[in-house]
Amino acid sequence: MPNLLREASLKRQTVFDLLFRNLTRLAAFAVLALLAAIIGSLIVGSMPAINAFGFGFLTSSAWNPVTDEYGALIPIVGTLVTSGIALLIAIPVSFGIAIFLTELSPRWLRRPLGIAVELLAGIPSIIYGMWGLFIFAPLFADHVEPWLNDNIGTWPLLGPFFSGPPMGIGMLTAGIILAIMVIPFIASVMRDVFDVVPTMLKESAYGLGATTWEVMWQVVLPYTKIGVVGGIMLGLGRALGETMAVTFVIGNAHELHKSLLMPGNSISSALANEFTEAVGDLYTSSLIELGLILFFITFVVLSLARLMLYRLSKREGHGA
Amino acid sequence: MTAEQIISAPKLIVRGLNFYYGADRALKDINLVIPEKMVTAFIGPSGCGKSTLLRTFNRMYELYPKQRAEGEILLDGQNLLDKKQDLNNLRAKIGMVFQKPTPFPMSIYDNIAFGVKLYENLSKHDMDERVEWALKKAALWTEVKDKLKQSGTGLSGGQQQRLCIARAIAVKPQVLLLDEPTSALDPISTAHIEKLIDELKKDFTIVIVTHNMQQAARVSDFTAYMYLGDLIEFGDTSTVFTNPKRKETEDYITGRFG
Repeated sequence: MPNLLREASLKRQTVFDLLFRNLTRLAAFAVLALLAAIIGSLIVGSMPAINAFGFGFLTSSAWNPVTDEYGALIPIVGTLVTSGIALLIAIPVSFGIAIFLTELSPRWLRRPLGIAVELLAGIPSIIYGMWGLFIFAPLFADHVEPWLNDNIGTWPLLGPFFSGPPMGIGMLTAGIILAIMVIPFIASVMRDVFDVVPTMLKESAYGLGATTWEVMWQVVLPYTKIGVVGGIMLGLGRALGETMAVTFVIGNAHELHKSLLMPGNSISSALANEFTEAVGDLYTSSLIELGLILFFITFVVLSLARLMLYRLSKREGHGA
Repeated sequence: MTAEQIISAPKLIVRGLNFYYGADRALKDINLVIPEKMVTAFIGPSGCGKSTLLRTFNRMYELYPKQRAEGEILLDGQNLLDKKQDLNNLRAKIGMVFQKPTPFPMSIYDNIAFGVKLYENLSKHDMDERVEWALKKAALWTEVKDKLKQSGTGLSGGQQQRLCIARAIAVKPQVLLLDEPTSALDPISTAHIEKLIDELKKDFTIVIVTHNMQQAARVSDFTAYMYLGDLIEFGDTSTVFTNPKRKETEDYITGRFG
């Protein structure tokens, strides 16, 4: 009798195990299926535009619903430029935050500061957009942009990028707001990976007489590079796709300017602004193709990051 | 006979050293002399303060806000606990190797060059020579000379530890602190390191913390037995191991406790 009981419970366990394994497999494959479905529907949706404009879509700066002519150049440039500005600002600031939190900050300050950084990440993007438009942009227009015009605006190479009417809204403002939005992501990932660096490794470098800066820059950063690049990619991913805040402050003009002080457009803000008003199949299809391009850009960026990490580890001698 | 009388050439003299972790007193009035170009071992049960004592010699404790040392540690007559003593300069004179191998995430060559670059501005040729010199001193040269550009983290544990020793001696320190340097290594690698210690004492003053009494007996010229923050006994190794003066030392060494 006890034998029978044991067999029954064993059998129940086997069935349960089988069920569990298949459930997890289903969940994992659901992700792949979803991904394929999204890409598929984007491609199908953008077919009319692809047929009409071909690769010219990528290089054309036209955007004219009246004549039904569309090109993606302006939103692509806007997306890349604003995200680029955001990273340019956010990476060094985040690195500073992470160094301070892990190495220099007094213990009692660590938790409140860390929580503050994380709270910054929790602010809804619409709030950033409103704050950017109503508070930051006017201040920027009154105090910073005139200064940029007068100083950097007169430089030979950099000048054209920083001259123009001080309107407050534009590519530079969007980039700065994006920087503020991605800093908490990058900073908290950097802090987390710096925290797991073995104490003994840091002490070895300090023991040779290295300064905090030398320890962070030459030992901790190389040791954590995969995590750091991951954090930066997380931030970049958010910057590329951020819609609401950018829509508020970028100006939403289908114009291509050299100056960063001028309004522009990004892929996501173009989509947010125009989808509801898009009449005509070609208009809608062009917008969907913009979405496909954004998808593609994100994919390429992630692949490049992987490639870079692979190269780095090869140069270090792991692959040799 | 006091230790100061035994030792004709003291390198480090510790006088009235107390150490605190916050309010806890971890070292109690330590007086000790470390002889030049010899191996001095600190032994004792876990928590006795032997590592703490070692870490005062290069002021590693200063990385942590609540730790402080009081008293005097004289290196060639200069008090290294003096606030005016430049920390980086001190650490150039006193190198350290840790319980586990800690190769930096860079090539073998760069691992050695790392510390040298902090103090000296050597030409490529001179740096090459220095790296070779340090690796030869650490008995690692023949094993790695063809793969200097490869990562230091790809070596075996024993090789990594010798790399760390090479890195420490590349800056030409006077004193080498070894904090349980073989505790993470297999017996063969341990034998390598012990042989190396014997070679290195021709050029460097070596202080080793070990929880392996046989190791202390094998490699050291002088031994200090510590217990609960007190220095119980200090003397030349053969005396401490064969004819200890204190009952506590004898109990520990014969394995009756600890």
